[in-house]
Amino acid sequence: MAVLVIADHDGAHLRDTTNKTLTAALQLSTDVDVLVYGDGVQSIADAAAKLSGVRKVLLSQSADLKQDIAEDVAALVTGLAANYDVVAIPASSAGKNFAPRVAALLDVSLLSDVMEVVDANTFVRPIYAGNALETVQTSEAKKVMTVRTTAFKAAAEAEGGSATVETVAAPASKAGTRFISEEKVVSDRPELGAAKIVVSGGRALGSKEEFDAVIDPLADKLGAAVGASRAAVDAGYAPNDYQVGQTGKVVAPALYIAVGISGAIQHLAGMKDSKVIVAINKDPEAPIFSVADYGLVADYKTAVPDLMKALG
Amino acid sequence: MKILVPVKRVLDYNVKVRVKADQSGVDLANVKMSMNPFDEIAVEEAVRLKEKGIATEIVAVSIGPAQAKDTIITALTIGADRGILIQTDQDIEPLAVAKLLKAVAEAEQPDLIIMGKQAIDGDNNATGQMLSTLLDWPQATFASKVVVENGEAHVTREVDGGLQTLGVKLPAVITTDLRLNEPRYASLPNIMKAKKKPLEIKAITDYAVDVVPRLKVLKVTEPPKRTAGIKVADAAELVANLKSAGVL
Repeated sequence: MAVLVIADHDGAHLRDTTNKTLTAALQLSTDVDVLVYGDGVQSIADAAAKLSGVRKVLLSQSADLKQDIAEDVAALVTGLAANYDVVAIPASSAGKNFAPRVAALLDVSLLSDVMEVVDANTFVRPIYAGNALETVQTSEAKKVMTVRTTAFKAAAEAEGGSATVETVAAPASKAGTRFISEEKVVSDRPELGAAKIVVSGGRALGSKEEFDAVIDPLADKLGAAVGASRAAVDAGYAPNDYQVGQTGKVVAPALYIAVGISGAIQHLAGMKDSKVIVAINKDPEAPIFSVADYGLVADYKTAVPDLMKALG
Repeated sequence: MKILVPVKRVLDYNVKVRVKADQSGVDLANVKMSMNPFDEIAVEEAVRLKEKGIATEIVAVSIGPAQAKDTIITALTIGADRGILIQTDQDIEPLAVAKLLKAVAEAEQPDLIIMGKQAIDGDNNATGQMLSTLLDWPQATFASKVVVENGEAHVTREVDGGLQTLGVKLPAVITTDLRLNEPRYASLPNIMKAKKKPLEIKAITDYAVDVVPRLKVLKVTEPPKRTAGIKVADAAELVANLKSAGVL
């Protein structure tokens, strides 16, 4: 069995998610190749070749591939899929965008968000925002999967391998979709989905000004990303892309700090896989305390300044 | 311009998910079911395009049991013009859903398909992309802004680390993200009106599509349960605990 892992990178560096997807792939086979696509990404391919366990790196470069147009990426990956039994794609926004296309082009199912490899044909994936886990078995000859990278450890050593890098031609771009622009968030804070620490605020904050004045400094002190409950987003205290929950982002940081969040079912679905959960709420009966490792029953107005002080 | 909006009936997002004791699935008996929240956003966006004079007709389509009629009526209440229910009690996988929707699109000839980026039951995030592939129409997923002009949709997409704007030639498939809009509340007069709008019932057999499941669900289990930890007296004790837990 041979597996093709699609690398995830930011244009300059390989993301950790690539290494984690490699871990999942190596549980299926020792014949694992990595595809790096983009433009001006030779150094990323070289970095991928050094990851231990990689057999070969395929490098495909074009201006179109740089824009991550799903149609183009899917055409490239589907063309290469003939040589592989499994295509494993990190479940990033780019991966989720093109992976179903590869599956449809090959007329196979998509195994989405694989979080455990049981055997070569059996996988565990989350449904209902992780409130249930589904074990599925496939009999399809070719498998296309996205990998929930938070469920796998980055196992490969960065300097352990010496795979060769082979260039593959980029397919001609399809005319129907064109890139217009992009707007990368310029922030010193980490991305919500990838942050090691997340500080989230809830409706108790009462206003956007208060949210910014309380949550932002604490997040900055911890080098954390900022999240919010749906109630806080609906009330306009925080932008929609801060939303953690079943209908927002599902996060699993090492430390999640919930400030003034009661803990509605839909919020818990988005953060309950965090390693350590801290809840600060003045209502001792708030459901958030039922999932919190450390609960502080206190008004955030005094608790957060105290916490800032205690952090030094 | 005609817009097709696929909608799915799912467990309401505020209902606690209970896994059946025999591990055969999630218990959906006697619980509140609603329209998938991302689909609701899709219907709202279609209705706004109609209110702007860009769209002329909105067709809502659902695949599901007889009760999915209610989901279509919700779409008609928001402002869709007519509905199609492909009635089945079978659980249809995303690839087969995409094939059925392709057949519907070929019959209806819409200029645009707007649909949720994922259903909050299966969480696959696949059907829209598969449908776009099968139709060979351009795709723009995770939309937070849609502007239609000159036969093209400019779609701003939520991607890791920011936003990307694509131009897709119509006909195209757009999938919605949360920030696109806030769906309106249904008013009583609109609910009454919706019940009078046309709703066509179809069967899977009306379409030449193979819907036999490809995946076998061996079991559905509960994730490891979290137990409540300890209460700390103050911030200093909290920080001490976090330090010894190795997360600070």
